[in-house]
Amino acid sequence: MATPFVPQAIGIRAPSPNWPGYLGEGYTLRSWLVTHDHKRIAILYMLAITAFFFVGGAAATMMRLELATPQADLVSAETYNKLFTIHGVVMVWFFLIPSIPSVLGNFLVPLMIGAKDMAFPRLNLASWYIYVLGGIFTVAALIAGGVDTGWTFYTPYSTRFSDSNVILVILGVFIVGFSSILTGLNIVVTTHKLRAPGLTWFRLPLFVWANYATSLILLLATPVLAMTLTLVGLERFFGIGIFDPALGGDPLLFQHLFWFYSHPAVYIMVLPAMGVASEIIPCFARRTVFGYHFMAYAIFGIASIGFLVWGHHMFVSGQSMYAGMVFSMLSFMVAIPSAIKVFNWTATLYKGSIYFSAPMLYALGFVGLFTIGGLTGLFLASLALDVHLTDTYFVIAHFHYIMVGGSVMMYLGALHFWWPKISGRMYPEILARIAALTIFFGFNLTFFPQYLLGWLGMPRRYHEYPPELQVLNLFSSAGAAVLAVGYLLPLFYLAWSLFWGKRAPANPWGATGLEWQTASPPPKHNFEQEPVVTQGPYAYDPVR
Amino acid sequence: MRWLPVAASDTAARVDLLFYSMVVITGVVALGVFVLMIYFCVHYRAGSGADRANPPPRKKWLELGWTLTPLAIFIGIFVWAAVVYACFYRRGDDAMTIFVVGKQWMWKAEHANGRREIDELHLPLGQPVRIVLSTEDVIHSFYVPAFRIKQDAVPGRYTSIRFTPTREGEYWLHCAEYCGTDHARMGGKVVVMAPTAFAQWLERGSGNASLAAQGFELFRQLGCSGCHVNSTVHAPDLTGVYGRTIHLSDGRTLIADEAYLRDSILLPKRDVVAGYEPIMPSFQGQLDEGQLYALITYLKENR
Ligand code: HEC
Ligand SMILES: [Cu+2]
Ligand SMILES: [Cu+2]
Repeated sequence: MATPFVPQAIGIRAPSPNWPGYLGEGYTLRSWLVTHDHKRIAILYMLAITAFFFVGGAAATMMRLELATPQADLVSAETYNKLFTIHGVVMVWFFLIPSIPSVLGNFLVPLMIGAKDMAFPRLNLASWYIYVLGGIFTVAALIAGGVDTGWTFYTPYSTRFSDSNVILVILGVFIVGFSSILTGLNIVVTTHKLRAPGLTWFRLPLFVWANYATSLILLLATPVLAMTLTLVGLERFFGIGIFDPALGGDPLLFQHLFWFYSHPAVYIMVLPAMGVASEIIPCFARRTVFGYHFMAYAIFGIASIGFLVWGHHMFVSGQSMYAGMVFSMLSFMVAIPSAIKVFNWTATLYKGSIYFSAPMLYALGFVGLFTIGGLTGLFLASLALDVHLTDTYFVIAHFHYIMVGGSVMMYLGALHFWWPKISGRMYPEILARIAALTIFFGFNLTFFPQYLLGWLGMPRRYHEYPPELQVLNLFSSAGAAVLAVGYLLPLFYLAWSLFWGKRAPANPWGATGLEWQTASPPPKHNFEQEPVVTQGPYAYDPVR
Repeated sequence: MRWLPVAASDTAARVDLLFYSMVVITGVVALGVFVLMIYFCVHYRAGSGADRANPPPRKKWLELGWTLTPLAIFIGIFVWAAVVYACFYRRGDDAMTIFVVGKQWMWKAEHANGRREIDELHLPLGQPVRIVLSTEDVIHSFYVPAFRIKQDAVPGRYTSIRFTPTREGEYWLHCAEYCGTDHARMGGKVVVMAPTAFAQWLERGSGNASLAAQGFELFRQLGCSGCHVNSTVHAPDLTGVYGRTIHLSDGRTLIADEAYLRDSILLPKRDVVAGYEPIMPSFQGQLDEGQLYALITYLKENR
């Protein structure tokens, strides 16, 4: 009998003869550092972003520890400011943005479209080196004493008042931006040029759609960030007046430019997660995704309207009231395609045959948390409510529900789902399910109280707070401890499985994607013969 | 321990009504989604005997339904929230104006009669108040959770927000925009007093001349009057300038408000009045925010 948790395998069952596939192409450090194989580059990315994830996580842990009491006792104001800055900079640019596109997109897009590699393999490797270079600058800034501007670098604080290592960090972020741009370019060209025969646009898996749309945003938005940071550098270094009114500049101009990038950046982080959910849910519900076309259009709706809502970060900034109204209206519009996606995932479960394997637990958790994060986003899009809620813990809770409850959950879900393909080994299922539940529970305990804190008026970026808010803060800090355990678990058992995990069959989940039709792990050039596609994705059957 | 915030202003009452309505609306949606998800997960778990015949790959009416229904609800909420938001910025002559400057890391307030306070703000119950904000250095944000109001103080310009305190008591005043090392300690309290008690409080500590009188003094000291009052220099008469329609030499027309007066003094070359030579010197760097606002208050009251 098949275990009740894992769908029966259809597809290729036995491990491929030339196991371990691409992993066996060379065992030296050099073979990794000069590889052009998109799968190996994905792994290089995975290692790098995992390191940064734990750096950013350590900073968050320190912050939650400090916030366990209303007074400042563990760290000084200055240290706290540096902690939240580094947490934000590292998590946004060195973890979340590259997480799904650069690791899983890199690994999977060529496999899913039946290609041998990315369109520009050398450029792909170069992106990784650029990422590492950006990382070195940022780590250097940390070692040199840190930076205290917040990840938002608001002027004129960042250009004239902060005496921390602003230039170094800005350089780091500037550089890492180019790695995003190049990865985006690579994915766009790969999707256009290298699809297998028969693989039309509307036969593409939604994961590919999502990464394609994300890549377009990376290409269009990241240059604006690079430009903005350059201007900050010029003003800080040479005193050229752009943002500082004392030099004839305008501080709101900075906010417009910054959010013109940083709002779409939210979708850079969450669209790929939506793509992952759209792979995992049909597979473990054994049903085709509900409303495939609507799902694909929704991705593009989000990606394009997402460029027009940046001013919703500035409702109390002194921007004109009428501009505020336009941005508010557009922010409600961008919520509609997101709502469509939630309803479609839910409808996908209808008449399915549902297996609760670890990836599915992550995906179901994702839908729940994303729903809460999205609905609370409506509060912030509502002008009058945002006046009270902006710059409080309500905002922190809202975007962590999207970024952590959404993107990180789905990154982990994806890692488990494709782990057999990536490593050629199975992860320990029971432990993985325990970790998924721990993370879900810890996450809610950490961040739900923060909604209440924000509604009660606790401003963000505070290391001290009114004493009557301590109980809720304690809940949140306790949740952070649970969450930390939840995140460490996969680190250990996935590492363990690399050596002692059961050898994976080609298609352990009976999934339909092209990536499951080749060996686990795939050979260097992915497929023994070029696959030919004759039908749409998600041809699952709940009754079989 | 509190679970819900105190509401101490007219804006707070309006914001709360909207907030709790949103909690109900979004709560119903979330609950609907979660109940369905859980029901499907239980009913259609692998191995259950549920009927799985002909699962629909899509349903047009369903898709359209769950696109258009949220659209309608969203437009409703948007309008409601925008109407309440507009109240924060309504201009009316009934409001008492208080000038507040942010400075790393304190709030300095100055009442019209010249009474000053730091990290505290006394307000009379039931009196509409307009806070005019400015900053000496970086961006700060004036935040009183009990009033549900927040407004950034932005270098180089004035911003303002309006509300009416409706409940006596002491409430937290915070800085909500990150402004450097002691950001978390920048703040204090707002004290709402009965009108008579407030009037007494206002008289008690006011050793200073009123804002307008300070402004008049500066107007003479800085030599403004040398050009602008009965002078041989061709300069506009400033009596009643506030609220006047101004024609500029580049063809633009605008109404003189606080922001315009501020720019006229600090950046006179930016808006040159039609029919005059741009000979007025800039006073940038010679005035702090308090003096500048005193000067403007004098111009406003000099009718
Ligand atoms: C050297 C003479 C001179 C001095 C000194 C001077 N001004 Fe002026 N001011 C002018 C002239 C000429 C104009 C009209 C041209 C322009 O808009 O620049 C003007 C315009 C203005 C306006 C705009 C008037 C309108 O009708 O729109 C204001 C307000 C003003 N001045 C205030 C002041 C104040 C306050 C001071 C002192 C701090 C001052 N000025 C000092 C010459 C002067
Ligand atoms: Cu945004
Ligand atoms: Cu501050």
